[in-house]
Amino acid sequence: MRLLTHNMLASNVRGATTGYPLKLEASNWCTKEVELNADFIRGLLPKIDWRALVAATRALGLPDLLPDEQPPEEEIFAKGAADVEGSAIRRIHHALLEIHVQQGSLTCPDTNRSFPIDKGIPNMMLHEDEV
Amino acid sequence: MPRPEFQAPPDVFYNESEARKYTTSSRIIEIQSRISERALELLALPNDGVPKLLLDIGCGSGLSGETLTEHGHHWIGYDISKSMLDVALERETEGDLLLADMGQGLGLRPGVIDGAISISAVQWLCNADKSSHDPRARLKAFFGSLYRCLARGARVVLQFYADNVKQSEMIVTFAMRAGFAGGVVVDWPHSSKAKKSYLVLTCGPPSINTSLPKGKGENGEMCSDDDDESSDEDGDRTVGIYERNRAKKKQKTKKNGKGKDWLLKKKEQMRRRGHDVPADTKYTGRKRKSYF
Ligand SMILES: C[S@@+](CC[C@H](N)C(=O)[O-])C[C@H]1O[C@@H](n2cnc3c(N)ncnc32)[C@H](O)[C@@H]1O
Repeated sequence: MRLLTHNMLASNVRGATTGYPLKLEASNWCTKEVELNADFIRGLLPKIDWRALVAATRALGLPDLLPDEQPPEEEIFAKGAADVEGSAIRRIHHALLEIHVQQGSLTCPDTNRSFPIDKGIPNMMLHEDEV
Repeated sequence: MPRPEFQAPPDVFYNESEARKYTTSSRIIEIQSRISERALELLALPNDGVPKLLLDIGCGSGLSGETLTEHGHHWIGYDISKSMLDVALERETEGDLLLADMGQGLGLRPGVIDGAISISAVQWLCNADKSSHDPRARLKAFFGSLYRCLARGARVVLQFYADNVKQSEMIVTFAMRAGFAGGVVVDWPHSSKAKKSYLVLTCGPPSINTSLPKGKGENGEMCSDDDDESSDEDGDRTVGIYERNRAKKKQKTKKNGKGKDWLLKKKEQMRRRGHDVPADTKYTGRKRKSYF
């Protein structure tokens, strides 16, 4: 599971109000390189919940990857930024698309129902009485 | 052999060996990728070269999603069969995978997804695999959650195999009720084998952009598939293509029959699945005299 997916995912277990953000815990994660596409990030950014994304990176033990507040778009999409090591857009790209949580869990903030992540796949199946 | 939907629930039917068989059949790979290409074409994403965030619902082992990847898109795949997802992992599918039941709703934040496809999967929602399953409630949960997670104006293309007209109508009805505009595009309607139905939906009120595209082969020309005698029957069955001679279900009857209550329950169940069932009357399930 990428953090992009984590950022979109909510729990729809019975009793949840928004079911968002799911609290991430990870015992194992890895990274896989993906080509950066600034236009994709530009389209995506307005839909990203920044606080949830930052919380997710910190849950993985990466306190410095992203700042508390989202940098201004002029900075993120400044000309040539994508080619600069450590630039905001590179970090955002890395956080959203290159990190894969392998083992861990997602916990619904409203109900505390926890969904296991096994081999990178969150198990979001509900029991009959949770629908 | 009956269609897969009549044999077992999807998570049981697509077990390890079936998942592997499915994904190693070159015939299935070819059919699924052809359908996926067509679905992507019908999705009519803006031609701006910018990758989109899409869903593949009932993604299975990733055959349909691979088409999305080839076109540069990112996708999140939903499937209820762990075995199918395991094969997707082995194949190092690019998409992010979720083990989830679409009939329970998709569980995504509102308005964040750019579009969705579903290939040969939604007909499963017409089944009641557990006594607690109500196909209507599951279709409602599915389409409602799908509508909510899409950005306004986003499109969905769902290719499906309905068992009969009623099932197809039931699927379309629940899509419309959720707020979608659109309808079914049928490719190769005159061919028993190549015929494919795509439910093409737009999120939001109807507009100029929501007029339905034309199906292929509407004017009677035939698809080259029809001459293909080398077809792998086994493959057709696994995907759920209309079979020509479905085996009759074995009848298990007690000596005195099953009784009226059982019959009424069964009829109601069939109705809920969208089958045409005669109305219940005082004659329903009555004892029959034996004549010699
Ligand atoms: C014929 S396969 C198609 C897989 C893939 N889309 C392809 O084109 O190869 C149908 C898939 O739908 C999945 N499916 C059936 N019911 C489902 C449900 N309720 N929720 C999620 N997936 C489901 C099955 O597990 C199976 O993997």
